[in-house]
Amino acid sequence: MSVYDPPDSGHDPARRRALRCLAAWTGAAIVWTVAGGVPRALGATRTGIPPSVPKNALSFVQISDTHIGFRKEANPDVVGSLRHAIADTNALPQMPAFVVHTGDVSHLSKPEEFGKARELLQEFRVDRVHTIPGEHDTIDEGVSGYLKFFDHDGNGKAWYSFEQGGVHFIALNNVLNFKAGTMASLGDEQIGWMKNDLASVTDSTPIVVLAHIPLWTIWEPWGWGTADSAEALALLRRFGSVTVLNGHIHQVLQKVEGDIALHTAMSLAYPLPTPGQPGIGEPGPVTVPAADLGKLLGTRQVRVVRGKQELALIDTPLEG
Amino acid sequence: MRYVSSRNTYRSFRFYAASALVLGTAFAVPAIFAGAASPGPTLSINIEKFAYTPKDITIAPGTKIVWTNHDETPHTVTSGDKSFASKGMDTDDRFEHTFASEGDFGYICTLHPFMTGVVHVRKQ
Repeated sequence: MSVYDPPDSGHDPARRRALRCLAAWTGAAIVWTVAGGVPRALGATRTGIPPSVPKNALSFVQISDTHIGFRKEANPDVVGSLRHAIADTNALPQMPAFVVHTGDVSHLSKPEEFGKARELLQEFRVDRVHTIPGEHDTIDEGVSGYLKFFDHDGNGKAWYSFEQGGVHFIALNNVLNFKAGTMASLGDEQIGWMKNDLASVTDSTPIVVLAHIPLWTIWEPWGWGTADSAEALALLRRFGSVTVLNGHIHQVLQKVEGDIALHTAMSLAYPLPTPGQPGIGEPGPVTVPAADLGKLLGTRQVRVVRGKQELALIDTPLEG
Repeated sequence: MRYVSSRNTYRSFRFYAASALVLGTAFAVPAIFAGAASPGPTLSINIEKFAYTPKDITIAPGTKIVWTNHDETPHTVTSGDKSFASKGMDTDDRFEHTFASEGDFGYICTLHPFMTGVVHVRKQ
Protein backbone atom coordinates (compact mmCIF):
# COMPACT_ATOMS: atom_id res chain seq x y z
CA MET A 1 0.00 0.00 0.00
CA SER A 2 1.08 3.59 0.04
CA VAL A 3 4.34 4.76 1.50
CA TYR A 4 4.43 6.29 4.96
CA ASP A 5 3.92 10.01 4.69
CA PRO A 6 5.39 12.21 7.43
CA PRO A 7 2.45 13.90 9.06
CA ASP A 8 3.78 17.41 9.35
CA SER A 9 1.35 19.15 7.06
CA GLY A 10 -1.63 20.69 8.67
CA HIS A 11 -0.31 20.45 12.21
CA ASP A 12 1.37 22.84 14.56
CA PRO A 13 5.12 22.21 14.10
CA ALA A 14 6.04 22.74 17.75
CA ARG A 15 3.40 20.37 18.96
CA ARG A 16 4.36 17.93 16.23
CA ARG A 17 7.97 17.96 17.40
CA ALA A 18 6.90 17.47 21.00
CA LEU A 19 4.67 14.56 20.10
CA ARG A 20 7.33 13.00 17.90
CA CYS A 21 9.69 13.15 20.85
CA LEU A 22 6.97 11.84 23.12
CA ALA A 23 6.31 8.91 20.88
CA ALA A 24 9.96 8.04 20.19
CA TRP A 25 10.43 4.33 19.66
CA THR A 26 12.40 2.62 22.37
CA GLY A 27 11.42 -0.90 21.52
CA ALA A 28 10.18 -2.11 24.88
CA ALA A 29 8.14 -5.23 24.32
CA ILE A 30 6.93 -8.15 26.30
CA VAL A 31 6.87 -11.36 24.34
CA TRP A 32 4.09 -13.77 25.11
CA THR A 33 3.47 -17.24 23.86
CA VAL A 34 0.24 -19.11 24.21
CA ALA A 35 0.95 -22.82 24.45
CA GLY A 36 -1.91 -25.19 25.08
CA GLY A 37 -4.03 -22.20 25.95
CA VAL A 38 -1.71 -20.97 28.69
CA PRO A 39 -0.02 -17.63 28.08
CA ARG A 40 3.59 -17.45 29.20
CA ALA A 41 5.89 -14.46 29.27
CA LEU A 42 9.13 -15.22 27.49
CA GLY A 43 10.85 -12.00 28.44
CA ALA A 44 11.30 -8.46 27.33
CA THR A 45 13.29 -6.90 24.58
CA ARG A 46 14.45 -3.34 24.31
CA THR A 47 16.27 -3.79 21.04
CA GLY A 48 13.41 -2.51 18.98
CA ILE A 49 13.67 -5.63 16.85
CA PRO A 50 11.14 -8.31 17.73
CA PRO A 51 12.41 -11.89 17.68
CA SER A 52 12.75 -13.45 14.25
CA VAL A 53 9.68 -14.97 12.68
CA PRO A 54 9.80 -18.58 11.49
CA LYS A 55 9.39 -18.84 7.75
CA ASN A 56 6.12 -20.72 7.99
CA ALA A 57 4.61 -18.34 10.54
CA LEU A 58 1.68 -16.12 9.83
CA SER A 59 2.29 -12.72 11.36
CA PHE A 60 -0.22 -9.93 11.69
CA VAL A 61 -0.60 -6.76 13.73
CA GLN A 62 -3.53 -5.74 15.93
CA ILE A 63 -4.33 -2.10 16.55
CA SER A 64 -7.37 -0.82 18.37
CA ASP A 65 -9.40 2.16 19.53
CA THR A 66 -7.89 4.86 17.33
CA HIS A 67 -10.84 7.21 18.05
CA ILE A 68 -10.12 9.40 15.04
CA GLY A 69 -11.84 12.71 15.78
CA PHE A 70 -10.92 12.78 19.48
CA ARG A 71 -9.11 16.03 20.27
CA LYS A 72 -9.24 16.45 24.02
CA GLU A 73 -6.60 16.76 26.67
CA ALA A 74 -6.02 13.04 27.11
CA ASN A 75 -4.56 13.00 23.58
CA PRO A 76 -4.83 16.06 21.34
CA ASP A 77 -3.22 14.24 18.41
CA VAL A 78 -4.71 10.79 17.87
CA VAL A 79 -3.76 11.02 14.19
CA GLY A 80 -0.12 11.38 15.21
CA SER A 81 -0.41 8.35 17.49
CA LEU A 82 -1.87 6.23 14.71
CA ARG A 83 0.78 7.41 12.28
CA HIS A 84 3.45 6.50 14.81
CA ALA A 85 2.05 2.98 15.04
CA ILE A 86 1.93 2.78 11.24
CA ALA A 87 5.56 3.86 10.99
CA ASP A 88 6.60 1.28 13.60
CA THR A 89 4.70 -1.46 11.78
CA ASN A 90 6.10 -0.50 8.40
CA ALA A 91 9.59 -0.64 9.91
CA LEU A 92 9.26 -4.24 11.15
CA PRO A 93 12.00 -6.45 9.71
CA GLN A 94 9.39 -8.84 8.35
CA MET A 95 6.17 -7.23 7.27
CA PRO A 96 2.98 -8.67 8.75
CA ALA A 97 0.51 -10.25 6.38
CA PHE A 98 -2.21 -7.81 7.38
CA VAL A 99 -3.45 -5.54 10.12
CA VAL A 100 -6.60 -5.94 12.20
CA HIS A 101 -8.29 -3.00 13.88
CA THR A 102 -10.52 -4.12 16.76
CA GLY A 103 -12.93 -1.21 16.75
CA ASP A 104 -13.61 2.37 17.73
CA VAL A 105 -12.03 3.45 14.50
CA SER A 106 -13.78 6.81 14.90
CA HIS A 107 -14.78 8.79 17.96
CA LEU A 108 -18.21 10.08 16.94
CA SER A 109 -19.14 8.00 13.88
CA LYS A 110 -18.84 11.05 11.63
CA PRO A 111 -18.28 10.41 7.92
CA GLU A 112 -15.23 12.66 7.92
CA GLU A 113 -13.77 10.63 10.79
CA PHE A 114 -14.33 7.35 8.95
CA GLY A 115 -12.89 8.88 5.78
CA LYS A 116 -9.80 10.15 7.56
CA ALA A 117 -9.33 6.80 9.27
CA ARG A 118 -9.60 4.89 6.01
CA GLU A 119 -7.08 7.24 4.42
CA LEU A 120 -4.66 6.76 7.32
CA LEU A 121 -5.03 2.98 7.42
CA GLN A 122 -4.00 2.86 3.78
CA GLU A 123 -0.55 3.98 4.91
CA PHE A 124 0.10 0.52 6.34
CA ARG A 125 2.28 -1.31 3.84
CA VAL A 126 0.22 -4.47 4.02
CA ASP A 127 -2.21 -6.07 1.62
CA ARG A 128 -5.25 -5.51 3.78
CA VAL A 129 -6.49 -3.86 6.95
CA HIS A 130 -9.41 -5.65 8.57
CA THR A 131 -11.69 -3.67 10.85
CA ILE A 132 -14.65 -4.32 13.11
CA PRO A 133 -16.89 -1.64 14.61
CA GLY A 134 -16.77 -0.34 18.16
CA GLU A 135 -19.65 1.42 19.85
CA HIS A 136 -18.13 4.76 18.87
CA ASP A 137 -18.56 3.71 15.23
CA THR A 138 -22.30 3.08 15.47
CA ILE A 139 -23.60 6.15 17.27
CA ASP A 140 -26.15 7.80 14.98
CA GLU A 141 -26.91 5.44 12.13
CA GLY A 142 -26.25 2.09 13.71
CA VAL A 143 -23.63 0.29 11.71
CA SER A 144 -24.66 1.71 8.32
CA GLY A 145 -22.43 4.79 8.57
CA TYR A 146 -19.44 2.59 9.36
CA LEU A 147 -20.25 0.17 6.54
CA LYS A 148 -20.12 2.96 3.97
CA PHE A 149 -16.38 2.94 4.57
CA PHE A 150 -15.62 -0.54 5.90
CA ASP A 151 -17.94 -3.10 4.34
CA HIS A 152 -15.28 -5.79 4.01
CA ASP A 153 -17.19 -8.54 2.29
CA GLY A 154 -19.89 -6.44 0.67
CA ASN A 155 -22.67 -8.22 2.51
CA GLY A 156 -23.81 -5.21 4.46
CA LYS A 157 -22.95 -6.83 7.78
CA ALA A 158 -20.21 -5.88 10.17
CA TRP A 159 -19.37 -9.53 10.81
CA TYR A 160 -17.52 -11.78 8.43
CA SER A 161 -14.88 -14.49 8.32
CA PHE A 162 -11.80 -15.21 6.28
CA GLU A 163 -9.02 -17.76 6.00
CA GLN A 164 -5.38 -16.87 5.91
CA GLY A 165 -2.24 -18.89 6.60
CA GLY A 166 -4.26 -21.89 7.72
CA VAL A 167 -6.06 -19.86 10.35
CA HIS A 168 -9.80 -19.20 10.40
CA PHE A 169 -10.57 -15.62 11.39
CA ILE A 170 -13.98 -14.50 12.62
CA ALA A 171 -14.68 -10.78 12.81
CA LEU A 172 -17.68 -9.98 15.04
CA ASN A 173 -19.86 -7.00 15.84
CA ASN A 174 -20.82 -6.85 19.52
CA VAL A 175 -21.74 -3.18 19.75
CA LEU A 176 -25.31 -3.05 18.52
CA ASN A 177 -27.72 -4.94 20.72
CA PHE A 178 -27.76 -2.54 23.62
CA LYS A 179 -30.51 -2.81 26.18
CA ALA A 180 -31.03 -0.72 29.26
CA GLY A 181 -28.87 -1.68 32.16
CA THR A 182 -27.23 -4.63 30.41
CA MET A 183 -24.01 -5.25 28.59
CA ALA A 184 -23.86 -5.34 24.81
CA SER A 185 -24.53 -8.59 23.01
CA LEU A 186 -23.89 -10.36 19.73
CA GLY A 187 -27.51 -11.26 19.18
CA ASP A 188 -29.15 -14.44 17.92
CA GLU A 189 -28.71 -13.66 14.22
CA GLN A 190 -24.96 -13.24 14.54
CA ILE A 191 -24.50 -16.27 16.77
CA GLY A 192 -26.51 -18.29 14.26
CA TRP A 193 -24.26 -17.06 11.47
CA MET A 194 -21.20 -17.94 13.56
CA LYS A 195 -22.50 -21.48 14.09
CA ASN A 196 -22.99 -21.98 10.36
CA ASP A 197 -19.63 -20.42 9.58
CA LEU A 198 -17.78 -22.78 11.92
CA ALA A 199 -19.65 -25.88 10.79
CA SER A 200 -17.17 -26.69 8.03
CA VAL A 201 -14.02 -25.77 9.99
CA THR A 202 -12.02 -28.70 11.38
CA ASP A 203 -11.26 -28.95 15.09
CA SER A 204 -7.52 -28.63 14.48
CA THR A 205 -7.80 -25.33 12.62
CA PRO A 206 -6.52 -22.43 14.72
CA ILE A 207 -9.28 -19.89 15.29
CA VAL A 208 -8.77 -16.19 15.85
CA VAL A 209 -11.84 -14.18 16.86
CA LEU A 210 -11.96 -10.39 16.62
CA ALA A 211 -14.52 -8.49 18.69
CA HIS A 212 -14.46 -4.96 20.04
CA ILE A 213 -15.92 -5.43 23.52
CA PRO A 214 -14.28 -8.26 25.47
CA LEU A 215 -15.95 -11.64 25.15
CA TRP A 216 -15.60 -12.17 28.85
CA THR A 217 -16.93 -10.05 31.68
CA ILE A 218 -14.16 -7.84 32.96
CA TRP A 219 -16.20 -5.24 34.85
CA GLU A 220 -19.95 -5.31 34.45
CA PRO A 221 -20.68 -1.93 36.10
CA TRP A 222 -18.81 -0.30 33.20
CA GLY A 223 -20.30 -2.57 30.57
CA TRP A 224 -16.95 -4.25 29.99
CA GLY A 225 -18.30 -7.55 28.79
CA THR A 226 -20.65 -9.17 26.29
CA ALA A 227 -23.96 -10.42 27.65
CA ASP A 228 -24.18 -13.51 25.41
CA SER A 229 -20.47 -14.26 25.08
CA ALA A 230 -20.97 -17.67 26.71
CA GLU A 231 -23.00 -18.76 23.67
CA ALA A 232 -20.24 -17.69 21.32
CA LEU A 233 -17.50 -19.31 23.39
CA ALA A 234 -19.48 -22.54 23.54
CA LEU A 235 -19.27 -22.73 19.74
CA LEU A 236 -15.48 -22.44 19.99
CA ARG A 237 -14.80 -25.09 22.64
CA ARG A 238 -14.24 -27.97 20.23
CA PHE A 239 -11.27 -26.25 18.62
CA GLY A 240 -7.76 -26.89 19.88
CA SER A 241 -6.50 -23.35 19.51
CA VAL A 242 -8.74 -20.32 19.92
CA THR A 243 -7.47 -16.80 20.43
CA VAL A 244 -9.89 -13.91 21.02
CA LEU A 245 -8.59 -10.41 20.37
CA ASN A 246 -10.57 -7.53 21.85
CA GLY A 247 -10.25 -3.77 22.27
CA HIS A 248 -12.58 -1.36 24.07
CA ILE A 249 -10.87 -1.16 27.46
CA HIS A 250 -7.65 0.47 26.24
CA GLN A 251 -5.30 -1.77 28.20
CA VAL A 252 -3.81 -5.24 28.03
CA LEU A 253 -5.65 -7.90 30.02
CA GLN A 254 -5.95 -11.59 29.38
CA LYS A 255 -7.87 -14.61 30.48
CA VAL A 256 -7.76 -18.30 29.62
CA GLU A 257 -10.80 -20.57 29.52
CA GLY A 258 -9.76 -24.09 28.57
CA ASP A 259 -8.20 -23.80 25.11
CA ILE A 260 -9.60 -20.32 24.59
CA ALA A 261 -7.25 -17.43 25.28
CA LEU A 262 -8.78 -13.96 25.43
CA HIS A 263 -6.73 -10.78 25.14
CA THR A 264 -7.58 -7.10 25.21
CA ALA A 265 -5.26 -4.58 23.56
CA MET A 266 -3.92 -1.12 24.17
CA SER A 267 -5.57 1.82 22.46
CA LEU A 268 -3.93 4.29 20.09
CA ALA A 269 -5.93 7.19 21.52
CA TYR A 270 -5.96 7.46 25.32
CA PRO A 271 -5.75 5.26 28.39
CA LEU A 272 -8.75 4.21 30.46
CA PRO A 273 -8.75 3.36 34.16
CA THR A 274 -8.16 -0.15 35.33
CA PRO A 275 -11.39 -2.03 36.02
CA GLY A 276 -13.00 -0.73 39.16
CA GLN A 277 -10.03 1.49 39.91
CA PRO A 278 -10.56 3.03 43.38
CA GLY A 279 -11.53 6.67 43.22
CA ILE A 280 -12.53 6.48 39.55
CA GLY A 281 -16.17 5.72 39.16
CA GLU A 282 -16.46 5.80 35.39
CA PRO A 283 -14.54 4.60 32.34
CA GLY A 284 -13.61 8.02 30.94
CA PRO A 285 -10.33 9.06 29.30
CA VAL A 286 -7.43 9.34 31.73
CA THR A 287 -5.12 12.28 31.21
CA VAL A 288 -1.52 11.44 32.06
CA PRO A 289 1.62 13.59 31.82
CA ALA A 290 2.55 14.01 28.16
CA ALA A 291 5.79 12.10 28.69
CA ASP A 292 3.85 9.05 29.86
CA LEU A 293 1.16 8.86 27.18
CA GLY A 294 3.26 6.90 24.69
CA LYS A 295 3.86 4.23 27.31
CA LEU A 296 0.14 3.58 27.58
CA LEU A 297 -0.67 3.44 23.87
CA GLY A 298 0.53 0.70 21.59
CA THR A 299 0.15 -2.13 19.15
CA ARG A 300 0.27 -5.91 19.19
CA GLN A 301 2.01 -8.31 16.86
CA VAL A 302 0.57 -11.82 16.62
CA ARG A 303 2.29 -14.83 15.11
CA VAL A 304 0.82 -18.17 14.28
CA VAL A 305 3.23 -21.00 13.40
CA ARG A 306 1.67 -23.66 11.22
CA GLY A 307 1.57 -27.03 12.93
CA LYS A 308 1.72 -25.54 16.40
CA GLN A 309 -1.00 -24.39 18.69
CA GLU A 310 1.16 -21.59 19.96
CA LEU A 311 0.43 -17.98 19.17
CA ALA A 312 3.05 -15.44 20.13
CA LEU A 313 1.70 -12.07 21.16
CA ILE A 314 3.98 -9.07 21.45
CA ASP A 315 2.42 -6.00 23.00
CA THR A 316 4.52 -2.96 22.21
CA PRO A 317 3.90 0.53 23.57
CA LEU A 318 4.57 3.47 21.32
CA GLU A 319 7.17 4.53 23.85
CA GLY A 320 8.78 2.02 26.16
CA MET B 1 -23.95 16.62 45.47
CA ARG B 2 -25.64 19.41 43.68
CA TYR B 3 -28.98 17.85 42.98
CA VAL B 4 -31.65 16.26 45.03
CA SER B 5 -32.07 12.52 45.06
CA SER B 6 -34.63 10.91 42.80
CA ARG B 7 -36.98 10.28 45.71
CA ASN B 8 -36.80 13.89 46.71
CA THR B 9 -37.16 14.93 43.11
CA TYR B 10 -40.38 12.98 42.85
CA ARG B 11 -41.75 14.55 45.99
CA SER B 12 -40.86 18.02 44.87
CA PHE B 13 -42.85 17.64 41.69
CA ARG B 14 -46.02 16.88 43.52
CA PHE B 15 -46.31 20.63 43.78
CA TYR B 16 -45.57 21.28 40.20
CA ALA B 17 -45.71 25.01 39.72
CA ALA B 18 -43.60 25.79 42.75
CA SER B 19 -41.15 23.05 41.89
CA ALA B 20 -40.70 24.27 38.36
CA LEU B 21 -39.83 27.68 39.69
CA VAL B 22 -37.35 26.25 42.16
CA LEU B 23 -35.71 23.88 39.73
CA GLY B 24 -35.71 26.38 36.92
CA THR B 25 -33.70 28.65 39.18
CA ALA B 26 -31.46 25.95 40.56
CA PHE B 27 -30.55 24.64 37.11
CA ALA B 28 -30.12 28.11 35.67
CA VAL B 29 -32.39 27.36 32.75
CA PRO B 30 -35.05 29.98 32.09
CA ALA B 31 -38.46 28.69 32.91
CA ILE B 32 -41.44 30.00 31.01
CA PHE B 33 -44.64 29.75 32.89
CA ALA B 34 -47.85 28.75 31.71
CA GLY B 35 -50.73 30.39 30.34
CA ALA B 36 -52.79 27.85 28.54
CA ALA B 37 -51.16 28.42 25.16
CA SER B 38 -47.68 29.19 26.44
CA PRO B 39 -44.82 26.76 26.29
CA GLY B 40 -44.21 24.73 29.41
CA PRO B 41 -41.24 25.10 31.70
CA THR B 42 -37.76 23.96 30.90
CA LEU B 43 -35.72 21.73 33.17
CA SER B 44 -32.20 20.47 32.77
CA ILE B 45 -30.48 17.15 33.29
CA ASN B 46 -26.72 16.96 33.46
CA ILE B 47 -24.71 14.14 31.97
CA GLU B 48 -21.58 13.85 34.01
CA LYS B 49 -19.33 11.01 35.14
CA PHE B 50 -21.33 8.58 33.01
CA ALA B 51 -24.61 9.35 34.78
CA TYR B 52 -27.78 11.37 34.22
CA THR B 53 -28.48 13.76 37.08
CA PRO B 54 -31.19 13.69 38.18
CA LYS B 55 -31.64 10.14 36.98
CA ASP B 56 -35.33 9.96 37.84
CA ILE B 57 -37.56 12.97 37.33
CA THR B 58 -41.29 13.67 37.35
CA ILE B 59 -42.69 16.51 35.27
CA ALA B 60 -45.98 17.86 33.97
CA PRO B 61 -47.01 17.51 30.31
CA GLY B 62 -45.57 20.29 28.17
CA THR B 63 -42.28 20.41 30.04
CA LYS B 64 -39.10 20.63 28.02
CA ILE B 65 -36.01 18.85 29.29
CA VAL B 66 -32.53 19.83 28.16
CA TRP B 67 -29.72 17.34 28.61
CA THR B 68 -26.13 18.62 28.51
CA ASN B 69 -23.09 16.37 28.25
CA HIS B 70 -20.28 17.50 30.51
CA ASP B 71 -18.09 14.41 29.99
CA GLU B 72 -15.15 14.12 27.61
CA THR B 73 -16.78 10.94 26.37
CA PRO B 74 -19.73 11.14 23.97
CA HIS B 75 -23.11 9.99 25.19
CA THR B 76 -26.63 9.73 23.85
CA VAL B 77 -30.12 10.15 25.23
CA THR B 78 -32.15 7.38 23.61
CA SER B 79 -35.61 6.40 24.77
CA GLY B 80 -36.67 2.80 25.01
CA ASP B 81 -39.82 3.46 22.98
CA LYS B 82 -37.92 5.44 20.28
CA SER B 83 -40.04 8.52 20.98
CA PHE B 84 -36.89 10.61 21.34
CA ALA B 85 -33.25 10.07 20.58
CA SER B 86 -30.30 12.39 20.47
CA LYS B 87 -27.41 12.10 18.12
CA GLY B 88 -24.04 11.42 19.65
CA MET B 89 -23.43 14.27 22.06
CA ASP B 90 -19.85 15.42 22.36
CA THR B 91 -18.65 17.53 25.27
CA ASP B 92 -21.03 20.44 25.99
CA ASP B 93 -23.52 19.31 23.35
CA ARG B 94 -27.18 19.67 24.32
CA PHE B 95 -30.30 17.76 23.43
CA GLU B 96 -33.84 18.80 24.23
CA HIS B 97 -37.20 17.16 24.11
CA THR B 98 -40.65 18.38 25.12
CA PHE B 99 -42.90 15.80 26.73
CA ALA B 100 -46.43 16.38 25.50
CA SER B 101 -48.25 13.46 27.00
CA GLU B 102 -48.29 11.44 30.18
CA GLY B 103 -46.25 8.31 30.58
CA ASP B 104 -43.00 6.86 31.85
CA PHE B 105 -40.12 7.36 29.45
CA GLY B 106 -37.03 5.34 30.20
CA TYR B 107 -33.89 6.15 28.27
CA ILE B 108 -30.28 5.03 28.02
CA CYS B 109 -26.98 6.03 26.51
CA THR B 110 -26.53 3.66 23.59
CA LEU B 111 -22.76 3.79 23.99
CA HIS B 112 -22.95 2.98 27.67
CA PRO B 113 -26.24 1.19 28.36
CA PHE B 114 -25.47 0.97 32.06
CA MET B 115 -26.38 4.68 32.03
CA THR B 116 -30.13 4.83 32.52
CA GLY B 117 -32.68 7.50 33.30
CA VAL B 118 -36.43 7.88 33.41
CA VAL B 119 -38.85 10.76 32.92
CA HIS B 120 -42.29 10.39 34.51
CA VAL B 121 -44.85 12.69 32.92
CA ARG B 122 -47.89 13.24 35.14
CA LYS B 123 -50.73 15.70 35.15
CA GLN B 124 -50.70 17.60 38.39
